[in-house]
Amino acid sequence: MKRFIGFVTKEFYHIFRDKRSMFILFGMPIAQIMLFGFAITNEINNVNIAILDQSKDNETHKIINKISASPYFHIEQEINSEAQIESIFKKGKVKAVLVFQNNFIKDLQTKKQAKVQIITDATDPNIANTITNYINAILQNYLLENNAINQPNYQIQTQTQLYYNPELKSVFTFVPGVMTVILMLVSAMMTSISITREKELGTMEILLVSPLNPLQVILGKVFPYIFLSVINAIVIVTLGVFVFGMPVQGSLFLLALESILFIITALSLGILISTVSNSQQTAMMLSLMGLMLPVIILSGFIFPISSMPLPLQIISNIIPAKWFIIIIKAIMLKGATIQIIWKETLILIGMTLFFIGLSIKKYKIRLE
Amino acid sequence: MSEENIISVHNLSKVFGDFTAVNTISFDVKKGEIFGFLGANGAGKTTAMKMLIGISKPSSGDAIVAGFDVKTQSEMVKKSIGYMSQKFSMYDDLTIKENITFFGGIYGLSKVQIKEKTKKLIEELQLEAVASKLVGSLPLGWKQKLAFSVALLHEPKIVFLDEPTGGVDPITRRQFWEMIYAEAHKGTTLFVTTHYMDEAEYCDRVSIMVEGKIEALDTPKNLKKQYNVDSMNAVFLKLARNIE
Repeated sequence: MKRFIGFVTKEFYHIFRDKRSMFILFGMPIAQIMLFGFAITNEINNVNIAILDQSKDNETHKIINKISASPYFHIEQEINSEAQIESIFKKGKVKAVLVFQNNFIKDLQTKKQAKVQIITDATDPNIANTITNYINAILQNYLLENNAINQPNYQIQTQTQLYYNPELKSVFTFVPGVMTVILMLVSAMMTSISITREKELGTMEILLVSPLNPLQVILGKVFPYIFLSVINAIVIVTLGVFVFGMPVQGSLFLLALESILFIITALSLGILISTVSNSQQTAMMLSLMGLMLPVIILSGFIFPISSMPLPLQIISNIIPAKWFIIIIKAIMLKGATIQIIWKETLILIGMTLFFIGLSIKKYKIRLE
Repeated sequence: MSEENIISVHNLSKVFGDFTAVNTISFDVKKGEIFGFLGANGAGKTTAMKMLIGISKPSSGDAIVAGFDVKTQSEMVKKSIGYMSQKFSMYDDLTIKENITFFGGIYGLSKVQIKEKTKKLIEELQLEAVASKLVGSLPLGWKQKLAFSVALLHEPKIVFLDEPTGGVDPITRRQFWEMIYAEAHKGTTLFVTTHYMDEAEYCDRVSIMVEGKIEALDTPKNLKKQYNVDSMNAVFLKLARNIE
């Protein structure tokens, strides 16, 4: 035990004296969560739009006022002809143009229907989509108000309820995602680099010649990163809750346990990487290409798995991060208990055991 | 196997696939001896040494180091030996004191022992002024001497030195060998691999490995006589040419 403490102390010296490690460990999580939380978002706010009102009547004015009163849109300019649409899009000044056709009010009164055209700049498809939905909602709202006076024969009202994330806040998906990425990065990449560093420097040989057995060496190297990863997880959840209003509906204890399980999964991957690479560079490349990319792309963090082509959907099952994201989303947003997420938990445990077994086997081969 | 032999190697071999790195070597090393283990690059000396220090399992044959069988008691072997590798192997981002504390700790020394040893070691090497500086800032010669002293921290019976003087200047090498002599006087056995043939002259006995086999083993004086030359360098060249 005393030896173990000595070993861990030495490991902390390495970490605290290396600026790059310190940055990855503490700067990165905060920077990432802030970036994802504030900058990268699917919500729209104050989007510039233009209006082409060919009718210029009372009703179109009412609608335009409604739109400009909403916090989502800012009416940048009113244009006079369709020919201008193309040129203002090209200048990039507005994201959408709302076109009212001639005789809007007349059509409304005589034909009981009138046409509005929403033209969006779809170079950014997500935003274009959101803009269309928001404008539609405003128009529906206008119709409802007016119909209350005009009393049509009958109508169907859809009532939409969004469970677990009623405001469709993107931060709700980013907090679990960033947490997964960071834990993977810290646990797998940092441990694999720190183990291969000892190999590169030749100190691994000294450690193996010492009375410490290989298991003690590995545990000593890994332990500080478990500790630091737990701190990181706490920082991320705290930021998520207090800065972005992310709820934690389920038990914090279960969340902590599942996070530790995932940290161990990532560490076992890190150890596995270090057994197959002999230099820090190789370890870094393997971690980035082999772990980070799948975590970001295939885990469902950014791109929904259900809309991926079938082969990718199948591949996503072997990505531990996918299961962890399902687990923490369920705990944080839905208040899930272990009865609900036991399957995902078992999958993670199984993967961890598999990676550890494989590392031990590789390690032995190397020693022979 | 007399009691005086602290290392006894009998028909030791190591085979990787169809390549025989070490081919049935046998030799003994006496207690308190400075034993030179020579050979060209790739002659198999590092592989042989790895088997003796318990980190590589022999394919066949036996080796007893400090009274323990390397095949079955490698943990006991590790406790009885010190090791310094050809790469300078201390932590650059730890201070001298921290390095000593760490290596003392993994060899199971108590806090009091570590404190005493640290004080003594820093005094002997005259490192008082830099004791709290990072090892990375020291000149290579100092690092090497420090690494040697650290390998001796737990007072091992045998110290294995794998090309300990690679890349240091002649004066430091001279000083380094003085340290080796001093240690041998205390009764410690030193097992040294080296490329420098002038260093071979400092050893009590040397063995020369060529292509996995020990081709010569005697005192430097006898070897020179046997091959009728006046330097170990010439002995080495003659041996290597004969094989080719």
